[in-house]
Amino acid sequence: MKAFLMYKDLDFDLQQKLPWNIPTLIQDLELNIMLNAMALGDDFLLEVVKKTVFSGLNIGLDTIRYRQNILKDCLKNSSIVRSLYQIPVEAMETKKKNYWSWGITGNPSLILSSSVKVLQMFANRLEKLRNISDEHADKFESEGFQRLFAVLKKELNDEYLGSIQRHLKELEFRHGVLVSADLGKGNEGTNYILRKPHNKQSLAERVFTSKSPVYRFSIEPGDIGGGQVLSELNNRAINLVANAVAQSADHIDSFFNMLRIELAFYVGCLNLYEQLLKMGEPITFPLPVAANERRHSFSELYDICLALTMKQKVVGNDVNADNKDLVIITGANQGGKSTFLRSIGLAQLMMQCGMFVPAKSFSANICNGIFTHFKREEDINMKSGKLDEELKRMSEIVDHLATNSLLLFNESFAATNEREGSEIARQITSGLLDKGIKVFFVTHQYEFAHSFYARKMGNAIFLRAERRDDGTRTFKLVEGEPLQTSYGEDLYKRIFLI
Amino acid sequence: MTFKTILFNKVDDSSKEATSEMPAFFVDLNLNQIIDAVVAGKQEYDLKPFFFSPLNDENTVRYRQEIMQELENNTLLENIKSFAEKMILVRRYLTLVDKLDFKNFREGWFLEAAEVYCEAITGLANDLIQTTLNSQGFLAFRDYITNYANLASFKPFLVETKTLKAALSNIKYSVIINGRTVKVRKYDGETDYSVEIEQTFEKFKQGAVKDYRAKLYEGSVMSYVEAQILDFVSKLYPDIFTNLDNFYAQYHNHFLDETVRIFDREIQFYIAYLEFIVKFKRAGLNFCYPQISSISKEIYDYEGFDLALANKLITENSSVVCNDFYLRDKERIFVVSGPNQGGKTTFARTFGQLHYLSSLGCPVPGREGRLFLFDKLFTHFEKVENIKDLRGKLEDDLVRIYDILSQATPNSIIIINEILTSTTLKDAVFLSKKVVEKIIQLDLLSIWVTFVEELASCSEKTVSMVSTVDPENPALRTFKIVRKPADGLSYAITIAEKYRVTYKSLKERIQS
Repeated sequence: MKAFLMYKDLDFDLQQKLPWNIPTLIQDLELNIMLNAMALGDDFLLEVVKKTVFSGLNIGLDTIRYRQNILKDCLKNSSIVRSLYQIPVEAMETKKKNYWSWGITGNPSLILSSSVKVLQMFANRLEKLRNISDEHADKFESEGFQRLFAVLKKELNDEYLGSIQRHLKELEFRHGVLVSADLGKGNEGTNYILRKPHNKQSLAERVFTSKSPVYRFSIEPGDIGGGQVLSELNNRAINLVANAVAQSADHIDSFFNMLRIELAFYVGCLNLYEQLLKMGEPITFPLPVAANERRHSFSELYDICLALTMKQKVVGNDVNADNKDLVIITGANQGGKSTFLRSIGLAQLMMQCGMFVPAKSFSANICNGIFTHFKREEDINMKSGKLDEELKRMSEIVDHLATNSLLLFNESFAATNEREGSEIARQITSGLLDKGIKVFFVTHQYEFAHSFYARKMGNAIFLRAERRDDGTRTFKLVEGEPLQTSYGEDLYKRIFLI
Repeated sequence: MTFKTILFNKVDDSSKEATSEMPAFFVDLNLNQIIDAVVAGKQEYDLKPFFFSPLNDENTVRYRQEIMQELENNTLLENIKSFAEKMILVRRYLTLVDKLDFKNFREGWFLEAAEVYCEAITGLANDLIQTTLNSQGFLAFRDYITNYANLASFKPFLVETKTLKAALSNIKYSVIINGRTVKVRKYDGETDYSVEIEQTFEKFKQGAVKDYRAKLYEGSVMSYVEAQILDFVSKLYPDIFTNLDNFYAQYHNHFLDETVRIFDREIQFYIAYLEFIVKFKRAGLNFCYPQISSISKEIYDYEGFDLALANKLITENSSVVCNDFYLRDKERIFVVSGPNQGGKTTFARTFGQLHYLSSLGCPVPGREGRLFLFDKLFTHFEKVENIKDLRGKLEDDLVRIYDILSQATPNSIIIINEILTSTTLKDAVFLSKKVVEKIIQLDLLSIWVTFVEELASCSEKTVSMVSTVDPENPALRTFKIVRKPADGLSYAITIAEKYRVTYKSLKERIQS
């Protein structure tokens, strides 16, 4: 039995290998703000959403659409989804809290009795799960949910739930344990196998055919040694069945665990959605296209982390960068360039893991990897060391690059004079473009930006942080030729002369 | 030819009791360390007496060498080991039988012992038939054991053992435990309940889960409860258990063959030694089966080493230094001199170890060798002064050497290490020369580690050997002992050169 809410035909693997540059992405995109908004302080949710967001780079268009449809169902039926999620959560927490002896090995009778109790508790939860699915299945349209509910209905039918109850009763062994044995070395009993007694009716029929005499003896109540040997024999008899029952409990446990994991991502999305709804921020289900296409067009794309931090609606951008490989962003300081760059990265990650994105509309090609190369904290005493560090970081990225990756540069290679920095940036960018890498480059380096502008390439677009003539910013980006000043003068004025 | 023992080719030799007393020279030569290591893990065979008893007969040495060489064939060695393991089991089971109170368990374990014994005998007989053998000892033993395996007394025992074991293994019974009551009856075809449980929960299976099976003690404790259950089983199958009773009564206590039992112990002499030397061979060191003579004293060994020291060095991953020696014509006495800590004592021990081990019939360190089969071996190593001993150290040395010389025959070997040190050099030279004269008179084979260099050239029977140092760095010992005149200079001169205080150096350095 599988949940299959994350993939059509795969379990979500919480242990899967994730991209090497996660810490960098989290730092550069300020991702923790979004992840925490999804988790709302729940460590388990945090772990799952984190893994999901970063593993999105490995899934294809089909899976993205598969998850989008499930998520749409969730947005429509949020309270049902939340109560569905509570079942595995409670099952696992009840087990943890109330069955402390669970997991202790070495004593088969203890294993058996605690496993039976855990199974009993699990059986009740399974029934609850089935009931929810019976009641609400028709409200869900996605392939994923429809299939899950069908499976629950079929596999957890009354007959099956009844058979579990029967077994749990038999496992109390009210009439003693029946065990077969062979004579092993030295005539010692060996190969103990617990047997299911013939049921009463057929036993009555067998009275006439069974030829074996039956011998019996009893241990005196005060005979401690004899009692110990007997319980030892009993342990031997039930060792395998105790193992089978305990493993069954483990299996159901891992079923609940899996259900919990696969629902957790959607619960995280619900959490995020509800916060954005309150601020009046729009969301949209993006239209992903194949990795080898070049698409990036959107309206009102905003930085979700900025919105969550400000707790209010923030400025969004409209850009059509379809068929572009290179986006160079220049312009005013504090004009929203970094925010824009982050919103590009965040939207890409969100789209690729099946989430909605923070925009009114959004379409982009998926990419094989997302990399950020942001300027790090300035260290005035170590200028050459800084360039060294930046280039080293660049080299690490290159180790992991593949065609159709997305690379976001934020004021990179500026830790030297403009000519040299521009030359480095130009060479790196040209190389990346030749290798089919999509590049977003925020820069103050006029020489670098202009050199590409002068080439009049069809696959490049130039954006500028807007500045009104009075020097105020709109935080909106507009298409435009790179300019030679970045209005630092404005900033100087504002800080020193007001 | 009838087989008697794998250690001796002549029956009368084997009647000589092996001594459990360690020879006097063992500690001086570190042979005690070697033998302790050889027999480690084989205590139950009590092998030390074999290693304490050197042979005096060339033919017996060769008899053993052939067997040892044959055992270097891995297949044969494995066959013998598998036989030995079975014999260990037989003994263990029989010990258990003696301790058990409950008849059906006792007889059950006796049957196990019988079964393993039968496997040991038939297995070894079959293995040996398929092996090409050359040594006199193994050829005779093969005749013996194939003969025994086909004897009218062994065959029926084998058949009965197998029949009984098969019948008992086929018994399947059921036990019903309910509270403190136990019922026993024949098994009635009920299904495996664990399998049913697994099937019920199959649909939740998600890959590997924890194993909850308790590691319960495998055997029963053979308590009266289990004995009672077994008694009931015997009532369910009375014929089989009656046969078992009869089998026990007939064979108990006298089914082991004495010659086989002795072989099982004695063959371990060879196996223990071969297993011990494996790690040296793996480290690239050589072993050889030396030619043995009790007449010729023209001995040699190339690339020999101290086995006790090598045993330690290999454990520490250090390298082992090998040395050569030979004596020709009238040469009889090695006089070893040179810098301290240069491997002189080790060299003397090597000489002694090689001779002793070869006299047991064992392969010895070295690429190739010819060694002398001595009648007696004496060592005289410097002893720590004993305050209770009223004699002085010098006197003690002389008394001991006197005792040795009076017991020695021309076929003995004497190993002397740094004696006569408690006196002036003049005395030491004088006394040493007197002693060496006696040794020369007796035509004794000997090795003498000494600082008295005058000994090295005092006779055509003496050979000078010197411990050496690295000329580049005199502080570095090479542990190489080479044949060369004892000039007393070689070591000092290198140090002098290093500090540029030689005559020549001083002439140049000192301005005139």
